Amino acid sequence: MTAANSPWRRAGRRLLRRRGAMFGAAVVLVFVVLAVFAAWIAPDDPIATSWGAIRKAPSAEHWFGTDEIGRDVLSRVVWGTQASLLAGLVSVSISLLLGVPIGLAAGFLGGWIDALISRIVDAFLACPFLILAIALAAFLGPSLSNAMIAIGISATPIFVRLTRAQVINVKVEDYIEAARAVGNPPWRIALRHVLPNITAPLIVQSTLAIAGAVIAEASLSFLGLGQQPPAPSWGSMLNTAKNYVDNAPWMAVWPGLAIFLLVLAFNLLGDGLRDALDPKQT
Amino acid sequence: MFEFLLKRIATLLPTLVFVSMLIFGLQQLLPGDPAKILAGEEQDPSVIAHLREKLRLDEPLPLRYAYWVGGVLQGDLGESVRTQQPVLDLVLQKLPVTVELALLAFVIALVIGIPSGVVAAVGRGTWWDALANGFALWGISTPNFWLGILFILFFSVQLGWLPASGYVSPFEDLSANLAAMVMPAFVLGNAIAAVLMRHTRSAMLQVLSADYVRTARAKGLGERIVVLRHALRNALVPIITLGALELGTLLSGAVLTEQVFTIPGFGKLIVDSVFNRDYAVVQGVVLVTATTYIALNLLADLAYFAVNPRLRS
Repeated sequence: MTAANSPWRRAGRRLLRRRGAMFGAAVVLVFVVLAVFAAWIAPDDPIATSWGAIRKAPSAEHWFGTDEIGRDVLSRVVWGTQASLLAGLVSVSISLLLGVPIGLAAGFLGGWIDALISRIVDAFLACPFLILAIALAAFLGPSLSNAMIAIGISATPIFVRLTRAQVINVKVEDYIEAARAVGNPPWRIALRHVLPNITAPLIVQSTLAIAGAVIAEASLSFLGLGQQPPAPSWGSMLNTAKNYVDNAPWMAVWPGLAIFLLVLAFNLLGDGLRDALDPKQT
Repeated sequence: MFEFLLKRIATLLPTLVFVSMLIFGLQQLLPGDPAKILAGEEQDPSVIAHLREKLRLDEPLPLRYAYWVGGVLQGDLGESVRTQQPVLDLVLQKLPVTVELALLAFVIALVIGIPSGVVAAVGRGTWWDALANGFALWGISTPNFWLGILFILFFSVQLGWLPASGYVSPFEDLSANLAAMVMPAFVLGNAIAAVLMRHTRSAMLQVLSADYVRTARAKGLGERIVVLRHALRNALVPIITLGALELGTLLSGAVLTEQVFTIPGFGKLIVDSVFNRDYAVVQGVVLVTATTYIALNLLADLAYFAVNPRLRS
């Protein structure tokens, strides 16, 4: 098989043909640019208050209006991108780093280790995702880093279960049997032969999990358990905005729209990746 | 049926044991002396001493866990540090409000999700399908607390049709209760409707291409009967199983929805407890939520068993 015709390249070409996924990728890219270059893009300091510009409606001076203490809403939305993207990426990295090795061990070793891990995963899954994240964030203390840890731990069981299921499918393949027959130790088979063959579903799940983590971070910040004021976060902006919905509705519109667009983009990208990486596709 | 139920309960027991360990273990995450942290800001020495004795902090960890589980099994979920009320009483006071909200939301999700999934599958590739898929994508991507704020802005502030917040018991005034609950229930049901629509669409697409559906059409049955009696009935089996997984979303979503609409339910209890550092209440709420979720999944399994004749035989 030539490099140009490898399964990954074919999947890449299929992904490029999907308009929804490409729209999602473009939106994610825009948000990444906003997060990285926030200092240059944001027109004002996101935490600078201005008592002369309290709850000003959108205007040429403040495109998205100002909040209850005169801060520029556009600048806060731009800087808030950092918290949301960071939460999405760090939380899912935590889930992957914990979930994949545990899932590999469960699926590959089987027996009582698998039974024990599966029961623990069932216990985690029995606690609804956000409730568990709230409880963890509450006991760890409210901060963005603790929110990311809480979301990462709460999402780990999904990755354990997915990895385990994929490993169980893959480990009966002939090439795994061949790797075993030539004397490879189990850890080498797991890392060199099993892991590369289960990457596709993990990529899809990670993309969709980032969407979930962005909403979860916004939810925890909305409840006061994530990013702490005055640092900008879309969730905490909405928490404040709900108190001024009758006289400053723009405070609620923009941060919510930003969450919606970023989550939609990751969902579209995840759906596109799932279709593109599906081996049944021609 | 009875044998199936027994087997299912037997597999749930270890899960419940691990859930209890997980929730008990949350307390170990507290930095420093749990008694001092649980005592709140006043740091009353008598309260600290009382908590130290009550939580048996001088005993080894496994023994403390055993005492805690023993208490839980007898209905003792601990005591609120703030109100001194038993946690179980607090939970039972708030539970009916959340149950009503969750039920209304689930009904809304069913009423929107299943018909739109059926319409999307029957009209695959048409603009109905595109519209339903667009709705599903909107539903799963919209944070429900934002949707709640937008609804308040539109229906309460702009139009003045519905109250923006608060709760009235249905036993006091049913119409006021429904007026207060319709927006929160729709906000909560929206995301679940989207997921149900996706499950229904994919299950219906699979069933509609099955041989028995082709046979039903060949017999000359009307399309309506084919879709509703032959296809949907069989598609319901995976919908129930996958729909049950959304019950967790319902319970999680209730926390945020209750916060937006200031509904004094279960979700508001956990958030208030977090800010009051009332950790025993947080633990109690998580325990009750997890147990409820497990019980609801068991019920979904039984429903799956009831609608699937192959399992019954």
